Amino acid sequence: MTFQTARHILAAGAFALGLGAASLPAAHAGPTLDAIKARGLIKVGVGTSPGFFAPDSSGKWQGFFVDFGRALAVTVFDDPNKVEFTNSSPQQRLPALQSGEFDILLSGVTQTINRAFKLGFHFGPVVFYDGQGLLVKKSLGVTKAADLDGATIGIQSGTTGELNIADFFRKTKKKFTPVVIEETKEFHKALESGRVDALTQDASDLAIARTQLAKPDDFVLLPERLSKEPLVPAVRAGDDRWLEIVNWTVYATIQAEEFGITQANVDEFLKSEDPGIKRFLGVDKSLGEAIGLDPAFAYKIVKAVGNYGEIFDRNIGPKTKVGFERGYNQLWTKGGLIYSPPFR
Amino acid sequence: MHGAFEGRLVHYVAPDRKRPGARGRFADWVGERPVAQLLLFVGLAGIGALLWTALATNLARLGLTPGFAFLGHAANFEIGEAPIAYAAGDSYGRAILAGLANTVLVSAAGCLLATILGVLLGVARLSDNPLLSGTVAGFIEIVRNTPLLLQLFFWNATLHALPGPRQAFAPLPGVKLSNRGLAFPWFSDDGSSPAVAGATLALLALVGLGLALRRRRRGPAPQGGAATAVGLALLGPAFVAALAGAPLALELPQLAGFNIRGGLTLTPEFAALLIGLTVNASAGIAETVRGGILSVPRGQWEAARAVGLPPMKVLRLVVLPQALRVIVPVLASSWLSLTKNSSLAVAIGFPDLVSILNTTANVTGQSLETITLMMGLYLTLSLLVSVTGNAWNERRLRREGR
Ligand SMILES: N[C@@H](CCC(=O)N[C@@H](CS)C(=O)NCC(=O)O)C(=O)O
Repeated sequence: MTFQTARHILAAGAFALGLGAASLPAAHAGPTLDAIKARGLIKVGVGTSPGFFAPDSSGKWQGFFVDFGRALAVTVFDDPNKVEFTNSSPQQRLPALQSGEFDILLSGVTQTINRAFKLGFHFGPVVFYDGQGLLVKKSLGVTKAADLDGATIGIQSGTTGELNIADFFRKTKKKFTPVVIEETKEFHKALESGRVDALTQDASDLAIARTQLAKPDDFVLLPERLSKEPLVPAVRAGDDRWLEIVNWTVYATIQAEEFGITQANVDEFLKSEDPGIKRFLGVDKSLGEAIGLDPAFAYKIVKAVGNYGEIFDRNIGPKTKVGFERGYNQLWTKGGLIYSPPFR
Repeated sequence: MHGAFEGRLVHYVAPDRKRPGARGRFADWVGERPVAQLLLFVGLAGIGALLWTALATNLARLGLTPGFAFLGHAANFEIGEAPIAYAAGDSYGRAILAGLANTVLVSAAGCLLATILGVLLGVARLSDNPLLSGTVAGFIEIVRNTPLLLQLFFWNATLHALPGPRQAFAPLPGVKLSNRGLAFPWFSDDGSSPAVAGATLALLALVGLGLALRRRRRGPAPQGGAATAVGLALLGPAFVAALAGAPLALELPQLAGFNIRGGLTLTPEFAALLIGLTVNASAGIAETVRGGILSVPRGQWEAARAVGLPPMKVLRLVVLPQALRVIVPVLASSWLSLTKNSSLAVAIGFPDLVSILNTTANVTGQSLETITLMMGLYLTLSLLVSVTGNAWNERRLRREGR
């Protein structure tokens, strides 16, 4: 039995046992949240794209998605460090979440109907609006996806991209040869070595990957997007309360930006006379008490990690190495799609 | 698998331990302590049933229907290469079959090549030439002391380092070697060429087997045997293609757009996996062969030399046949590990059975079913390898007249 096969069988076994165990009668209202509290730690599955998620030189995880994980730890434990990040490949991470190895994925998972109904996952709010892109070798002179007729394209296994790219070529009645690779490093190497003509993945991921290559200028990210990739936190079905905590933790960062509340000025806002802001920051305790959370959870989140815009700018914004514009990920009040339901 | 294989051997050597009659046979089958065995069986079945009920409840909660109906549904992913025709939109069943065909192809070719290479290395290791035996010994040590996964990455990276399709090498006219693989002329592609390739391989294997069998009976091969084989190798595909109704035109691989098109291409991933598995297993086989040869008493060598046989003939006619007694049973277990190790294909992006089943599970959510399929299919493959090894061994023993 090889290691790989053994690992898959073990994973399936764990999955099966997990399903079995989780079904024992008296299933709690919130089995995931109960487990998190008993453990004193949130287990988060992430990828490895610097800017989104990567350990820094001291081994501490940093990144856009990582900050939402820290915000969650603030909501649950009032401590941004009571969270553990573990890298897992796109292929392994959904089964790992289902089997209980993770409490949540903050790894750039796309929300799809198939994953909701057939794979049994629930999703938090969209934290990043993305679309599938193509990273190609500049010297090929390709300017649009349709030019890639007959090309060899690298795909990362287990991603929505694996399915989208097949759809695209069927729709346009063109041909391509896929090389499907699980491991992220090998995936990037396939493009650098010239084994494939292009890579396809979430465009954001490819833009980051490009900066990691030895000669970034030899490659170009095509402007075209083949799909909608709304990237969301993913949890397994069966714990509504945990899902709501995820929802409102993300919304808190968005609402803070809408109010103009930042990590630097949040303390001044404590003196605000606006009843909405008083409720939001927990100066007026009625809301928090009613929902059974720390009334000041939003205040503490902003204090610890900042608002949505700050999280964006610090990790992937125009001034970072990644250099993304806000685009769709701008607040709805500024023409984007980022929107929080009301805190009341 | 080992157990089953060795069990057969034991049964062959000591058939007289069987008890007579239907009851006797049943008692043999059950083994010692029937009551304890029965209790254990019932206990395990009970635990299984409990788990299954819990599982079914949970699957229902997730909205999953257990069962294999999904095999008929459309699979919306593409597969890079397969000996059988498949395209996105075909069924999951067909996709899995394509993965299985890839696994079988690479395992079968690997077993064959590893055996040949292993025997050569094993013999070379015993050579009187210290340079040769030393080099081979060093090679075997390196291969045996590094993880197979690392070796696969090495071969894959090496093949990916070849020049691109536009700068492809042409080692022979019509053959192109690039980082897209080794492309060579083949019958023009109307979708049946993989089938033609498969059928050709099967035909050649049959012919080879036939020749080998004949040779066993009638002594050394008739003169011109090699020429016959080459002729057959060339005519075989044509014959099969004609049967399959495929056009007989040979197609040359040519640069078209991004890639080399036409002819038949061995991809770098397939080649890396095949080379990796072959080299890895051949080191083990070489040691087995060496052990087998060393187990033949010195006297046999001396006697054979005394009657004036040249060294190669001593080896081929006297020593190897006796060494096989030790080699063959162990050889089969090398084949088994090679077959199972082929699942490391996932790591280098070759669409083998495991890779396709993983993707299927990922999209359909039918993890248990795909794991069941995986275990069932690997078990079947392993049993086939075992049975082949056994059959060979028994035939050999029979021929030895024991
Ligand atoms: N959004 C796609 C792809 C997910 C994905 O692959 N995400 C990227 C990060 S945005 C990733 O994990 N890349 C590999 C890595 O980071 O190791 C999906 O849900 O299937």
